[in-house]
Amino acid sequence: MTHQPLLLRIVKEPMAVSLLSVLILAAFLVPMLNLMLPSDSAFHVPSYVVTLLGKYLTYALLALSVDLVWGYCGILSLGHGAFFALGGYAMGMYMMRQIGDRGVYGNAELPDFMVFLNWQELPWYWYGFDSFGFAMLMVVLVPGLLAFVFGWFAFRSRVTGVYLSIITQAMTYALLLAFFRNDMGFGGNNGLTDFKDILGFGLQTDGMRATLFFLSAMAVVTGYLVCRFIVDSRLGRVIVAIRDAESRTRFLGYRVEYYKLFVFTVSAVLAGIAGALYVPQVGIINPSEFSPANSIEIVIWVALGGRGSLTGPIIGALVVNYAKSYFTGALPEVWLFMLGGLFIFSTLFLPKGLVGTKAISDAFEEQRLRLAKFLRPYDYAEGGEGR
Amino acid sequence: MLSKTLAMRWLVVLSVFIGLGFGSSTPAHADEFSDAVQALNADNNTDKAAAIEALSATGDERAATVLSALLNGTLFYRQSDGLVVLSKESGNVTILIDPSTMNEVADVSGSEAKKIRINNKLRGQLKGVLGALTLLSKDADKRQNAADEVFKANDPSMLPVLQKAIARESDPDVKGRMLRAQAAIILEYSEDTAARLKAAQTLGEFTDPDISALLGKIANTSTDPEVKKLAKDMQDSVEGRLAAWSFLGNLFQGVSLGSVLLLAAVGLAITFGVMGVINMAHGEMVMLGAYTTFMVQDVIRTHFPAAFDWSLAIAVPAAFLVTGAVGILVERGIIRWLYGRPLETLLATWGLSLMLQQLIRTLFGPTNQEVGNPSWMSGAIETSTGLVLTYNRIWIIVFSLAVLGMLALVTRKTMFGLQMRAVTQNRAMANSMGIRSGWVDALTFALGSGIAGMAGVALSQIDNVSPNLGQTYIIDSFMVVVFGGVGNLWGTLVGAFSLGIVNKFLEPYAGAVLGKIFVLVGIILFIQKRPRGLFALKGRSVEG
Amino acid sequence: MNKPHASNTILYLDGVSVSFDGFKALNDLSLYVEEGELRAIIGPNGAGKTTMMDVITGKTRPDKGDVIFNGGVDLTQLDEAAIANLGIGRKFQKPTVFENHTVFDNLELALKGHRRPQSSLFFRLSGEQQYRINEVLGIIALTDVHMMQAGSLSHGQKQWLEIGMLLMQDPDLLLVDEPVAGMTDAETEATAVLLKDIAKTRSVVVVEHDMVFVKSLDCRVNVLHEGSVLAEGSLDVVQQNEQVIEVYLGR
Ligand SMILES: Nc1ncnc2c1ncn2[C@@H]1O[C@H](COP(=O)(O)OP(=O)(O)OP(=O)(O)O)[C@@H](O)[C@H]1O
Ligand SMILES: [Mg+2]
Repeated sequence: MTHQPLLLRIVKEPMAVSLLSVLILAAFLVPMLNLMLPSDSAFHVPSYVVTLLGKYLTYALLALSVDLVWGYCGILSLGHGAFFALGGYAMGMYMMRQIGDRGVYGNAELPDFMVFLNWQELPWYWYGFDSFGFAMLMVVLVPGLLAFVFGWFAFRSRVTGVYLSIITQAMTYALLLAFFRNDMGFGGNNGLTDFKDILGFGLQTDGMRATLFFLSAMAVVTGYLVCRFIVDSRLGRVIVAIRDAESRTRFLGYRVEYYKLFVFTVSAVLAGIAGALYVPQVGIINPSEFSPANSIEIVIWVALGGRGSLTGPIIGALVVNYAKSYFTGALPEVWLFMLGGLFIFSTLFLPKGLVGTKAISDAFEEQRLRLAKFLRPYDYAEGGEGR
Repeated sequence: MLSKTLAMRWLVVLSVFIGLGFGSSTPAHADEFSDAVQALNADNNTDKAAAIEALSATGDERAATVLSALLNGTLFYRQSDGLVVLSKESGNVTILIDPSTMNEVADVSGSEAKKIRINNKLRGQLKGVLGALTLLSKDADKRQNAADEVFKANDPSMLPVLQKAIARESDPDVKGRMLRAQAAIILEYSEDTAARLKAAQTLGEFTDPDISALLGKIANTSTDPEVKKLAKDMQDSVEGRLAAWSFLGNLFQGVSLGSVLLLAAVGLAITFGVMGVINMAHGEMVMLGAYTTFMVQDVIRTHFPAAFDWSLAIAVPAAFLVTGAVGILVERGIIRWLYGRPLETLLATWGLSLMLQQLIRTLFGPTNQEVGNPSWMSGAIETSTGLVLTYNRIWIIVFSLAVLGMLALVTRKTMFGLQMRAVTQNRAMANSMGIRSGWVDALTFALGSGIAGMAGVALSQIDNVSPNLGQTYIIDSFMVVVFGGVGNLWGTLVGAFSLGIVNKFLEPYAGAVLGKIFVLVGIILFIQKRPRGLFALKGRSVEG
Repeated sequence: MNKPHASNTILYLDGVSVSFDGFKALNDLSLYVEEGELRAIIGPNGAGKTTMMDVITGKTRPDKGDVIFNGGVDLTQLDEAAIANLGIGRKFQKPTVFENHTVFDNLELALKGHRRPQSSLFFRLSGEQQYRINEVLGIIALTDVHMMQAGSLSHGQKQWLEIGMLLMQDPDLLLVDEPVAGMTDAETEATAVLLKDIAKTRSVVVVEHDMVFVKSLDCRVNVLHEGSVLAEGSLDVVQQNEQVIEVYLGR
């Protein structure tokens, strides 16, 4: 039935096609408009905008990862901020090592905060972070491993629903407390900052900013494709089955815990990658990224955009974060009212999110039919229904 | 004339402060006393030290006034003839007083007087001597304090006064403390082995960290093997008792934290346990309760200041009503549309919590509000063993248990409780029996919120009242409910107190933050074993 | 009740007890089902019929007693998935299908094998499997609606879809809880025919209240009451049983 290649399936969905083409176009166009046009040109994109957009895109990837577990598998994780932050810390540690002796204390062996705390040598868990490859490995491995271990325990003993949400929240809260401690060796309260460069390229250069933007946009596109591959597979149908009727799925002989573990781990890895792209663009990572409030906020991006669709969370993350930037600047007191209202409004009135609203889905459905007829005129001439 | 009365008044105050009525001074000592006072105006500190000792040895009760003036830098001498005088600033005028007669020295202007200077060593001596002098006070409390001061100073020069005081002492409690001070001095400074052994024995009876330290010092440094050994033994026995007391102290801290957790969690146990509703705005209900307390106190302060001690008695029902009403609004407005969708409820109530926080921030500002403790909640029971039980903590423990008890009564014994349980167990059946389940839901939610509000009143007494108050407790209260098991007040009680106690016992070893992390990780692991908590029901009613 | 022959007994419950908060839902229940047998279980509401199925399929652990499958496997030690993969399929009292999946996908999910995540990630439906799905669609008369979401099916159609999913699982033992609840008479008749047909190749245990339906199954019947077997035999025989009459009428 559904065995056309992935791309062909996506092409038949106007919403996905539009979103992905906008992303890919932006991935090339925005850096070009930033780097090639003189800054007085009307089409010049200022560097700070490039970085801001890049930040939104990492949020979009993060939202995608939450949607994979929540929208498709029904696991409401209130701790995904932790995976994001861990990916960010791994990246941050690499960049800390890159500073070398250019820190305030000029100590080539130790990061500034360790010198400040009178540490004599590098803790073992910082070994290897001088190497970019190793750091990138950790970006996926650390969040993935945490998710795997946590999920192994939680899913095997069938902690579900709100209980699971609460313990994921406890997990990120425990990490928040832990990372606040100076003797953890991750910079305590202040976190990691004052980064200089990646692979020898300065972080503050326009070229680097544009590159990070490009990578972020492509990461979202790739993330979409990976998620799409998963949810379109039989495994994807199993996880939706788990979401809708968990015990029925068990009685069919599926080991629900393995499936959950799989998506939870994949999702954590995606979140970790998002975090690793985020940190160089904002220039700092500190324990507040672990705060439970952050993790819940991700969920609202997904809820508003539309969970259980892969375009929804991307759109939700972009919309909410743009609004956040705008309102925290223009009307700071109003923003929390709006965010709070958004939670209530979207749960009460937009159960399927923006992309699921009738107006939008009708418009795209029309497009889809037109497109489908264009692609496979014969099917429609016979009155058949292509999937 | 005016300045004279002022001076007299000041002296009365001063003498009361020192604990001596100067009216009782004995004229027989007059000359000896004034000589001793004069001797304070010595050229070097050694002479001054001797003079201080001599003055205290007179046993004259005015000596304390003079010595404390010396300590406070208000003892002067007249440059013309070296007469030692007390001085007192009164507005711009400096008044000088002759300590022997306590009369103003009328013909002297302030600039003619020079301060008698002392160094730190003398200051230390003065403190001890003053303490010793107060040992003879008429007021038993003051004598007791003095005995403790002498013990702390542990100065052999005080021994004579101390012995005089012990001979005179009639109050057994005070006498005990004096004996302790004496034993400490003897143990440390005496050369007489027998006396020292006896002193060590006496000290071994007490339960006090300072005594343990002293015994430890002697055990380490003494050259007399007998004394050394006994001091070691005695230290061990003191340490043993101290450990027991510190256990008690930890237990109290734990129970106290537990009672706070219980208060914060019990309302949640109602909404989560009975209705299956995750109320993330529960913490904000607590916060609203605390702000209600603030408002009530504000009104009382401005209109009925005399009734301040009653403010909490008014705030408790007020907070219950305010947050209960908010609860009804929230249930009717939001939650009822989301029954059967617990995850959505969680998100919507989280949104609500953000809005409530911002609302309070807008109305009252982001800073902490000043909420006062009524007099009956301030202060503490303290023992010499280092145990401190503050009254506000004690009252909160009592209050939390009272709230739990009342709640148990409401759910078990009232019509509303019956309907509440009926709706939980079988909504359709309850409806068909004529129970208006919509109202039962609203009232149940109001009850949970109202209890949160009452918790807020209690928390306002021990925590900062700020818009973030609720956030501090929300995760912990969820942990309590999840750990204790849903739908069971017993579980909440046991959950709260065990988490509180475990937390406080971990703290000394791991530190507060790490202790908390251990507890969180412990709960996460515990849920794996018992996904439904400690006291989970096995029945169908809890299956979601 | 005599001891079963080990060789041809597919399911053997021995002294199974289950209690919920002190209430005994199953009380020393013993029962056996032979290979290739069609068996009906009847009993008043709350007799413990569904609980018995819960015990067999691993949803509920018994307090005591043994549940032996296929002459040696102790089911009380296994979880739901393992039991299902041993070849025990179950239809629930309340029809549960995957509402957001199409009828076709529901059947595909029930397809035997491919239960591990890694194999399902790269799974492709073979021609043979597609054929089997179409075949079952025909059997349960849902070919026309195979692309519809299961959630939009009628109650009776959902019951059939669930039976269809059981067929896809290709189990040795089927447990069917109240399959005809909410069905029209014609549907009920068709279901009886279908179940009898299925029972030709495997063992089937049916729980039902509908006596007409049980009669048309024409098989051995167990009467359950208060958690244990009250009577066993053909429907006519058990209906004559004094105790059974009392249990049914006395309520
Ligand atoms: N999880 C549970 N918790 C508490 N009681 C239960 C649970 N499961 C079943 N029971 C009780 O055990 C008894 C047997 O229930 P069961 O569902 O097995 O009956 P049944 O024979 O299937 O009835 P029906 O014909 O109504 O389906 C009932 O009284 C029921 O209330
Ligand atoms: Mg049943």
